Amino acid sequence: MSIPPITVRSSPVPVAPGADGVAAALLVEHVSKAFRIGRGKPPVAAVSDVSMRLERGVIHGVLGANGSGKSTLIRLIAGLLTVDAGRVEIFGHDVVRDELKVKRLINRVSVDAAFFRKLSPMENLTFAARVYGLDVPTARKSIYAILERLNVGTDRVDRPVEQMSRGMQQKVAIARALLTSPVLLLLDEPTTGLDPRSKIDVQEFIEEIRATHDTTIVLTTHDLAEAERLCDDITVIDGGRVVITDTPAGLTSSASERLGRPATLWDVFMAYTGRSLDDDVVEGEGEGDR
Amino acid sequence: MTALRDEVRASYAFAERNFYLTRRTWAWEVSFLVYSVASALSITLIGVDQQSTKLVLSLMVGAIFWNYLSVVFGWIAETIAVERWEGTLEYTMMAPIRRSSRLIGQVAYAMVYGLIHTGLIFLVLLVFFRDLDLSRANPGTAFAFMALGSFSFVGVGIMAAILPLLYVERGAQMTFVVQSALLLVSGVYYPIEVLPGWMQVLAHLSPATYVLDGVRKGIIDGASVTDLWYDVWPLIVLGAFLIPFSLRSFGRAEAYAKRTGKLKRVG
Ligand SMILES: Nc1ncnc2c1ncn2[C@@H]1O[C@H](COP(=O)(O)OP(=O)(O)OP(=O)(O)O)[C@@H](O)[C@H]1O
Ligand SMILES: [Mg+2]
Repeated sequence: MSIPPITVRSSPVPVAPGADGVAAALLVEHVSKAFRIGRGKPPVAAVSDVSMRLERGVIHGVLGANGSGKSTLIRLIAGLLTVDAGRVEIFGHDVVRDELKVKRLINRVSVDAAFFRKLSPMENLTFAARVYGLDVPTARKSIYAILERLNVGTDRVDRPVEQMSRGMQQKVAIARALLTSPVLLLLDEPTTGLDPRSKIDVQEFIEEIRATHDTTIVLTTHDLAEAERLCDDITVIDGGRVVITDTPAGLTSSASERLGRPATLWDVFMAYTGRSLDDDVVEGEGEGDR
Repeated sequence: MTALRDEVRASYAFAERNFYLTRRTWAWEVSFLVYSVASALSITLIGVDQQSTKLVLSLMVGAIFWNYLSVVFGWIAETIAVERWEGTLEYTMMAPIRRSSRLIGQVAYAMVYGLIHTGLIFLVLLVFFRDLDLSRANPGTAFAFMALGSFSFVGVGIMAAILPLLYVERGAQMTFVVQSALLLVSGVYYPIEVLPGWMQVLAHLSPATYVLDGVRKGIIDGASVTDLWYDVWPLIVLGAFLIPFSLRSFGRAEAYAKRTGKLKRVG
C-alpha cells in the first residue's frame, strides 16, 4: 500500500505576486454574498465582509454553526458563485478574470458526493480525468491507488456508484478531487457521515497529502477533534461574518482566559457561535434563514 | 493548436461519459426504439390509406426527421437535467475547460446517437414499405441537408439546455415546449402553406423548415443540392447565427445561476 502516485505538476504553479511580492495561496478580501429568497423578503446575507489569507501548504479550518456561510464561502472560492463585493485570488490569480487558470489549481469535495449514480466510480473518475486533461491510463492507476489507500475495495470500482454506501461514495469523491493534484483543495465537511474508522482513513490521508504534496487546504467541519488534529489555523464564522481567526492552541488559550478554566475547541465554538454567551459578537444582521 | 486539441479532448470526455450512460440503460434504449418505430409507422400509414406514394414519402420523411430532432433534444436536455439533479454540474463547472467544449461534446454525442437511432427506424420503414418506388430519390441531398441543418440544431439544442440548467425539477420537460413549437411551425407533417400568415413567418425562422423541404425534394423529386440553393443559404445563415448566439445565451444563464445560487443542489 504505497502512497498514491499523485504527481505534483511538473511545471511550477504560476505565481503572480501580490503587492507584497509573495502571492498567497488563497486571498479572500472583503467578500460578501447575499441571496434573494423571494419577492418582498429581505435578501439573506450568507457571507458578509469575509477576509482571509492562506499561505502555501497550510490547512485552514472554517468552523461555524449550520447556515453560518461556510459552504457559501467555499463556493465563492471555487467560482461556483460570484461575489457581490470583494475579491478572491488564488496564487495571485483572480477567480473571475483568470477563470481557466484558477480552475486548474483547485478542486473541491463537498458534503454530498455527487456522481452519475448509474455509472461506476471508474467511469465517473475517468470522466473527471479527461476533463482535467490528464493522461487516462496514468489516471486509472492513480484511481486504484487512491481508492485502495482509502480502503475502498477495488472490486467496487466497476460497479454503479448507486450500489455503494454513502461513506464509500464520499471516499470516491475525495479520490476525484485528489486525482487532479489540486494545489488548493477545498474540503467542505469531507468526513461528515463517515464511520469512525473511515474518518481516520480520510484524516490520515489529508495529513499525508499535506506532508507529501504542496497542497493548501481549506477544511470545513463540524467535528472539532478533526479540526484540532488537522488545522494549522481556524476561522470561526457566525452569521456570515468572521468572528475570530487563530491557531487551535491560540483559540483555546484565549477561551480559557475568558472562562477562567482550561478550555477546549468545544468551548471556543460555543462561545463564538452562541450569540447570547458572548456579547462581543452579537450582530443583528446576516443571520441565516434556516 | 493545443487549445484545439484540449477542446476536442474535453468534448470527447462528455461524449464518452454519455456513451457509458447509454450502455448502462441499453434495455431502455431498445424499448425506446420500438416506440419510435411504432409511431413513425403509424404516421406513415396515413399516406397508405390515402393511396398516395407522395404522401407516404412525405410523412415518412416528416416522422423520421421529427424523431431525430426529438432524440437529439431529449439527450441534450436529459444529460444537463441529470447533472443538475445528481449535483455533478457543480463539479463539471469547476473543470478547466471552455463552455463550448462542455456543450459541443454533449450535443455531438446526441447527434450521433440520433443518427443511429433514426437510421434504424428508416431501415425498418424501408422493409415495411418495400414496394415503395425510391428510384428517383437522391440520398445525397437528404444527407447534405441533415448535415447542414445540424449546425442550427446544435444552437437550438444548447438554448433548450438552458431550461434544465435553471429549473432543476421540470426543466427537461420544459424543453418539450421548444420541440412542439418547432413541430407546429416547421411543416413536419404538412406544407407550411396551410399555416396562418403569422405562423408562416415563424416557419421561415425555423431551420427545420428548410431541412424538411430539402430532404423531401431530394427524396421525392430527386432534386440535387444545387437546385435547392433557396433552402441552403437560410440554413447557413441560421447556423452561423445560432451557434454563437446559443453559446452566449448559455453563458449568461450560467452567470445568472452563479449570481443567484441556482446551481446548488444540497450542502
Ligand atoms: N443557493 C442558495 N440560495 C439561497 N440561499 C442560500 C443558498 N445557499 C446558501 N443559502 C443560505 O445562505 C446561508 C448560509 O448557507 P451555507 O450553506 O453557506 O451554510 P453552512 O455554514 O455551510 O451550513 P452547514 O453547516 O449546514 O453546511 C443559509 O442561510 C442558507 O440558507
Ligand atoms: Mg455547508
